[in-house]
Amino acid sequence: MATTVDRKGKAPAAPRPGGRSARPRKDVSGSRRLAAFLLSPTLLVLGLVVGYPVIAGFRESLFTRGQTLDADGFVVEGERFVGLDNYTAIFSGDAAGTFWNAFGNTTFFTVTTVTLETVIGVTMALIMQWAFRGRGLVRASVLVPWAIPTAISGLLWRWIFQADGAFNAMIRQQVLWTADGFESKLAVIIAEVWKTSPFIGLLVLAGLQMIPRDVYEAARVDGAGAVQQFWRITLPLVKPALLVAVLFRMLDVLRMFDLPAVLIGVNKRSVETLTMISWFEANNLRYGSAAAYATILFVYIAVISYLFVKLLGADIIGDARQVTKGKKIRKAGKTGKTGRASA
Amino acid sequence: MRRTPLAGMFAGLALALTACGGGDGGSAATEEDAAGALTGRGPITLATGKDRSGNMQKMVDAWNQAHPNEQARIIELPDEPNDQRQQMIQNATTKSDAYTILNLDVVWTAEFAANRWVVELPRGGQGVDTAPLLPATVTTGEYRGKLYSMPLTSDSGLLFYRTDLLEKAGVAEPPTTWQEMWAACDKVKALPEGKNVDCYLTEVGKTEGLTVTTAEAINSAGGTIVGPDGKPTLSTPQAKAGLDFLVNAVKDGRMPKAALTLDGEGGRRHFQAGKLLFHRQWPYQYDLANKKDGSSKVAGRFAVAPIPGPDGPGAANLGGHNYAISAFAKNKASALDFIKYMADGAQQKANSLATSQAPTVASLYSDPDMTKKYPFLPTLKTAIEKAKSRPAAVKYGDVTAAIQGAVYDAVSGKTDTAAALTDLQGKLGRLTTQ
Repeated sequence: MATTVDRKGKAPAAPRPGGRSARPRKDVSGSRRLAAFLLSPTLLVLGLVVGYPVIAGFRESLFTRGQTLDADGFVVEGERFVGLDNYTAIFSGDAAGTFWNAFGNTTFFTVTTVTLETVIGVTMALIMQWAFRGRGLVRASVLVPWAIPTAISGLLWRWIFQADGAFNAMIRQQVLWTADGFESKLAVIIAEVWKTSPFIGLLVLAGLQMIPRDVYEAARVDGAGAVQQFWRITLPLVKPALLVAVLFRMLDVLRMFDLPAVLIGVNKRSVETLTMISWFEANNLRYGSAAAYATILFVYIAVISYLFVKLLGADIIGDARQVTKGKKIRKAGKTGKTGRASA
Repeated sequence: MRRTPLAGMFAGLALALTACGGGDGGSAATEEDAAGALTGRGPITLATGKDRSGNMQKMVDAWNQAHPNEQARIIELPDEPNDQRQQMIQNATTKSDAYTILNLDVVWTAEFAANRWVVELPRGGQGVDTAPLLPATVTTGEYRGKLYSMPLTSDSGLLFYRTDLLEKAGVAEPPTTWQEMWAACDKVKALPEGKNVDCYLTEVGKTEGLTVTTAEAINSAGGTIVGPDGKPTLSTPQAKAGLDFLVNAVKDGRMPKAALTLDGEGGRRHFQAGKLLFHRQWPYQYDLANKKDGSSKVAGRFAVAPIPGPDGPGAANLGGHNYAISAFAKNKASALDFIKYMADGAQQKANSLATSQAPTVASLYSDPDMTKKYPFLPTLKTAIEKAKSRPAAVKYGDVTAAIQGAVYDAVSGKTDTAAALTDLQGKLGRLTTQ
């Protein structure tokens, strides 16, 4: 998806400089053909590894098989085309409750964890930005939770959250974190935020280091306080990096599976996400229905990221380029906002 | 470290794809197997869970020495039973011949047989001999009256109890009814040593263990989850009595609240820490709780009895593992011989002595070598003879998930017993009619 945005952004920009006479225009269309030719292997590979699974998954979601028994008790083989039955089944009957519960959980986790991670991550980045002794050590240690495989950190937190675990010993109360209740949601949020805040922290830190010191000096000379500097300088200038980090986190958490599965367990309503019901369906050999869930999740993720990109202007590739370009513009004493506007 | 967004979904879709690719063609192999001809000799493999004791390898080595042209190789699958099932299913849906013999959990037989992933085993003559086995274990290998897997090990729930505490409280015999068990608890609770000891624990966490617990409670009360005609039978007073026993045990504090989060191993830790009076557990705990290396505080201070019921010993759950032959494997004749070799009484005895797994051959339960090492074997035999299987369903994964969901809500106090049973009756009805 990201690459198409980039290519579309480039294509109209190319003819502009030489748009005066007929000859350069011909050159342009020639170079466009060349570009298309040179890019075609990439597109082909992308189509194979990205496009094909999506389409094949969608196709699978229109079929069902192995769901009926014959008179001797054997499963009737062969697949049967059922159209959109797998989809309508999701929104009606027994499955509807499960689906909306999982949909609600997925959305709830996305909103809560990404919000918390953003606040904590930005705070982490600001702290790491300060020059102090042992900064390298702090940066490296912040990375540790992110470096641990999710399944392992899920196990780790399960020990912490078990009935006689460290967390209950600390709060001197017996809370059943891994039972199937609201506490389990909290446990997942705590573990997830612990694990992924460093990711936002490090991406924001990279953004922070792009901001030249003299901008702050100028602000200080003009009498801006620390809070003002944060809202008027730091946040706008770090926004491109922050938005990319938040978008990545959102995509990640929307398809969260292993953390709740390991920490709380599968088949627990309070933490069941869309990927988990898809997994459950596949596990019970209903591949068509599993593919339908996966397709719905795919569409949900696509819609969310589209809205995010449109509403907040998080242009993943474009902004990354902008940050480096913006540096030169900013050196001339302008803010990032004008740099962005020129793009 | 940085994963591509959507990668998880694609993985899911790709999984669906692989499965789809395996769906077409290759039905010829199944037809040939349906004829019942187990032919072909040569190397074979055994797909199984972890061989913790290393004894399985020893038995395979002995086989390999005697059969140089039909070498067997163990393929170790992941530790989690569900992951093992998943890998075996993947192997079957791609019609791969990588696994010759499958080490199946007893509850998987129906699913594997109905999908024609395993072949029917011939009985008598050149086939396997089920006559020396405990009859209850043989039923776990059957689907619609035909044998699809050979029971190799058995298992049944037992009541572990603290002999030292009961003795102090003046209770001479282990309880045989639920009432007697609660009465014994109250007596122990009155002792100074009994202050911090929980009364009773059985698995009620939302895992497969809860299905086992539910089946035991309902079977003990004389009910069934799914009747002989394959229809759910939960609207009976027996089913209600069984579930009420579990619900009230949690409500009255007989079971610690933490039970809702404990799995089998969590329960074992609790018992071995000396904080539990009565514990429904599988026999594997016997050896571990008797270890004198300091890992168990109750070594030598406990014994086992059949699990209690409402008015006499209850019906425990039947566990264990069976060997089946994959429908897509080569060298099925060798596989059949290998199964006969592994299921043989002498091999089972050696295996039981090395691993404490319960055998399926009936005579071993009174074998002097065996009873010397495992004094609880006669108790276990009684338990297995009375034991009942979990519902045999082709859609076992859905059935067990439905049972866990409804019963967990009742046990954790979210719904009452009657509502949980009505809900479950409806869900299982839909799952078993399809």
